[in-house]
Amino acid sequence: MALLDVSNLSVRFDTDDGAVQAVDGVSLELEQKQVLAIVGESGCGKSVTAMSLLRLLPPSATVTGAASFDGRDLLAADESELRAIRGREISFVFQEPMTSLNPALTVQKQIGEVLRRHLDMSGDQARERTVELLDLVGIPAPRRRLGEYPHQLSGGMRQRVMIAMALACDPKVLIADEPTTALDVTIQAGILDLLRDVRERLGTAIVLITHNLGVVADIADRVVVMYAGRKVEEAEVHELFAHPQHPYTVGLLAAIPRKANGDGRRRLQEIPGIVPSLPEPPPRCTFAPRCPRADERSRSEQPPLREVRPDHHVACFHPGEEPWPEGWRT
Amino acid sequence: MTTAEAVLSPRARQRRRMRRRLLRRPLAVAGLVVALMFVLMALFAPLIAPYSPGKSDFSAALSGPSSQHLFGTDDLGRDIFSRVVWSARASMQAGVFATLLAMAVAVPIGLVAGYYRGWIDPVISRITDVVLAFPFLIIAVGLAAILGPSLKNATIALGIAAMPILVRVTRGETLALREEDYVKAAVANGASDFVILGRHILPNMTGTLLVQATVWIPRSIIGEALLSFLGLGVQPPTPSWGVMLSAAQPFIDQAPRLVIFPGLAIFLATLSFNLLGDGLRDILDPKTRA
Repeated sequence: MALLDVSNLSVRFDTDDGAVQAVDGVSLELEQKQVLAIVGESGCGKSVTAMSLLRLLPPSATVTGAASFDGRDLLAADESELRAIRGREISFVFQEPMTSLNPALTVQKQIGEVLRRHLDMSGDQARERTVELLDLVGIPAPRRRLGEYPHQLSGGMRQRVMIAMALACDPKVLIADEPTTALDVTIQAGILDLLRDVRERLGTAIVLITHNLGVVADIADRVVVMYAGRKVEEAEVHELFAHPQHPYTVGLLAAIPRKANGDGRRRLQEIPGIVPSLPEPPPRCTFAPRCPRADERSRSEQPPLREVRPDHHVACFHPGEEPWPEGWRT
Repeated sequence: MTTAEAVLSPRARQRRRMRRRLLRRPLAVAGLVVALMFVLMALFAPLIAPYSPGKSDFSAALSGPSSQHLFGTDDLGRDIFSRVVWSARASMQAGVFATLLAMAVAVPIGLVAGYYRGWIDPVISRITDVVLAFPFLIIAVGLAAILGPSLKNATIALGIAAMPILVRVTRGETLALREEDYVKAAVANGASDFVILGRHILPNMTGTLLVQATVWIPRSIIGEALLSFLGLGVQPPTPSWGVMLSAAQPFIDQAPRLVIFPGLAIFLATLSFNLLGDGLRDILDPKTRA
């Protein structure tokens, strides 16, 4: 059985401006030591999916479906059970390292707090473990950093501290929500190396949320592509990159900037339009309005997820690898 | 950064930076010095005052300033300077303890209202709104009248009267801080509500609360003077600036210094705390930092 098993998860927000269906019937499985990437543009419901698992969403959210972790039902757990899981067995790394550390606490206190809470460590033990963790995440001269405040650290350094904090209790699952997006490209590579290292050395399973397929190719084992709250494609990473099936995935791959091969410049292909925010799950393909392959059927019927190649699932009536027509517009 | 500074711990370096920023504001420094002077005056009144505040010298009643009596004497021949010095005790006691009492009660209430929202927030907010419909001093006078005249009761009355605004300030600050990423990160790390409020929200509003303290200490000093003037605070013969003003009423024409010196003391004490508060606000609020 999978470590993390999510099936038919839906999240709905009731806001003052009406309802928003943020996630619609998503199923995921995360195995031990696996790196699962969830990919999609901003607003596709990636973060909401992840946050709903630890019930970190505001009260305006209604979550339905099922999610179990290590045999425990996450959606039925009470507040104290959740607190015991959060940060201990499943931990989070957020996108914004600049604002995710408490400015009033030193590095030592920040990480020490988690250790004392979950592992009941004494002050000295927590201190030693913190040094160990800072060393693990590649912070030089860790002892000197203990007494420093977040404002004295650079962005990449803060993200390393965040990761150290997330790893403090040796969690089974690390959920990293756009961990490199706010960082410089050179720093990004370092953080990705660190995540890969964490998986190798500690055997932590990682859910990596990103909109950057370059990051995915680098580190993920398996990829889930989401669009407008639905899972539209899922496959092993090599399979997905070699044989993308959903037109959205094909478009995302074409939108990665890469070096032209010899014959001069190549225009970067974009996906025209934006991700819609839907009050109700529509009975059609949500990507149809932006899709070059859309037809009457896509606009009147929701495509089910089906296996088009071995272990490669797509929710599209017209799967295929062919690239988008040149200069296509909606 | 000089080499001497580089060897300092980060905390010491930050403290040093704060101190330098404060020193660049002469008015705030003046406020700090005068406020400290009043605090020391209260603490060491017996050493500073040349006479006991209650000691009468009827032969020298209503005499003007002299080498014997720096500020002159009152109608009972008591040394005005000594009485002004001793009165600092009542004022500081009322100012500091009323503020501490108000914070001790109001801050937790504000934290709860701002953090949990739900039904508790509107209930607390409406209650504070109702109380805020009455001016601070009116509430203090009313409560002091109910509690009975004494310095202790005046302090309690002033503390209670200060609570609604402090609740409101704390609540507002909590509303803003609970949306911070580090608070969300703490929740995701399994922190309990108590830890989040005590370790992640409260420490990040110390600056605001410090500035509030410098607002409420002088207000309570004025409040104490007013209550004592009305006979609801310090009871004669114990000296207090308010008591002195009240007793001086029949002699205003004859000996205006009976009013001037305690009045000046109230003025300087409140002004000093206010100047200090303004300076602290500038230093602690990054938005107004030049």
